[in-house]
Amino acid sequence: MRLLPVGEGALLVELGSGEEAGALHAELLRRRAEGTLPPVREIVPAARTVLLDGVEEPDRLADELPRWSVPPLAPGGGAVTEIPVRYDGPDLAEVAALWKVSVAGVAAVHSAAEFRVAFCGFAPGFAYLTGLGEEFAVPRRVTPRTAVPAGSVALAGTYTGVYPRSSPGGWQLIGTTDAVLWDPAREPASLLSPGARVRFVPCAEAGR
Amino acid sequence: MTDRALVVVRAGALTTVQDLGRPGHAHLGVPRSGALDPYALRLANRLVGNPGHEAVLETTLTGCEIRPRGELTVAVGGAPCPVRVGGRPAAWGAPVRVAAGELLEVGAAVRGVRSYVAFAGGIATEPVLGSRSTDLLSGLGPAPLADGAVLPLGRPTGPAARVDGSPWPGPPSELVLRVRFGPRDDWFTEGARRTLAAGGHRVSAASNRIGLRTEGPALERAVHGELPSEGMVLGAVQVPPDGRPVVFLADHPTTGGYPVVAVVREHDLAAAAQAAPGTPVRFVPDR
Repeated sequence: MRLLPVGEGALLVELGSGEEAGALHAELLRRRAEGTLPPVREIVPAARTVLLDGVEEPDRLADELPRWSVPPLAPGGGAVTEIPVRYDGPDLAEVAALWKVSVAGVAAVHSAAEFRVAFCGFAPGFAYLTGLGEEFAVPRRVTPRTAVPAGSVALAGTYTGVYPRSSPGGWQLIGTTDAVLWDPAREPASLLSPGARVRFVPCAEAGR
Repeated sequence: MTDRALVVVRAGALTTVQDLGRPGHAHLGVPRSGALDPYALRLANRLVGNPGHEAVLETTLTGCEIRPRGELTVAVGGAPCPVRVGGRPAAWGAPVRVAAGELLEVGAAVRGVRSYVAFAGGIATEPVLGSRSTDLLSGLGPAPLADGAVLPLGRPTGPAARVDGSPWPGPPSELVLRVRFGPRDDWFTEGARRTLAAGGHRVSAASNRIGLRTEGPALERAVHGELPSEGMVLGAVQVPPDGRPVVFLADHPTTGGYPVVAVVREHDLAAAAQAAPGTPVRFVPDR
């Protein structure tokens, strides 16, 4: 664990892996729920870090953090959000070739995995999901698309993401969902938040 | 009541609704947004008798023209500009009465960039995640103003301030930004740290609500790998591949993959919002 200063009121905690960052994030949420965490405005996990922003005494928290005992992320436990998906994306054949499986094999591998929301970013409600091994890593497209439709299920590196709304994007598109990832009028607005467990459920007609 | 509304006659280059933003949702990828010059927002609100956090208009360089349907008190602050009501010159930086149907003209900024126009009762568009701010990065909140748009107003809660004028900090002729190095200063050469502190940067015309871009010296990287995405804060001095520092403002992305060499004190960012393109920028390490 490395603690990096970020201005006057924030702290960046760098971990050895995404798993460790997820474990620290879970511990921070647990302590916040218990009321034992000093007030923090934002807890922002990312690929290998957790940012704590709006901290009154960042130096004191930086002293305490290395002494915490943080349990590793436990597999299973807790509710799983299921996202219905049609595996019909325009990059399906390319991904199948990279994975050395058939097109149906992509759906089989992807829907068998259990995912975790490692972090959100890029757009409100856009979650970076981990759960595929390194052997399933895919590069981003050489030329990004100017418009990726909302609900596109996409891959980049070992991450899976679902576009909450139409936007430019360079991820490989493998499927489509009708699930609403982001709706500011809904509580909570975001279907997925960091730490959530997710499964993709194949279906012919991906309903809500 | 239908007369509690504003009609936009001339939207100007970029005029948005702003309050103090929606902090607390960065983990969902939601920028904080809010007025770039929160001091000007609070003072303009107090002049018209509003609580300091009410939603106001934030203009960009060219002002705007508004016709309120009913009589009300307004105040224009932030970047100094000519103000006219019903064709007559009116006070800048003080409460001004506008009669029903009269035209409020907020002129082009004489100095600075962003003027703030507060209305008694505040702008009452539908809040999104607790804020009415327009977020230009993610598209949350009301769309930027367009000619002919109508904005609802809330009910006034207090009397206008009894002042003729109030002290406003002038826009900076040199933008001095106090910084603390880190979190990724070790991704840069020792020379780059000196370059940042040596001056010679200027505000770029490509600056916007997401970030203040600079022209001038580039910072040299010591580490050339790719940085995995990490959380970003307001005031972060991010260095993209061209080496020219960008200071993150209210609509900044919540995560990013370019290294942050230093972070600007939050207090100094209001001046950054008022620094016109070409203004010299000096980063002063705070020890």
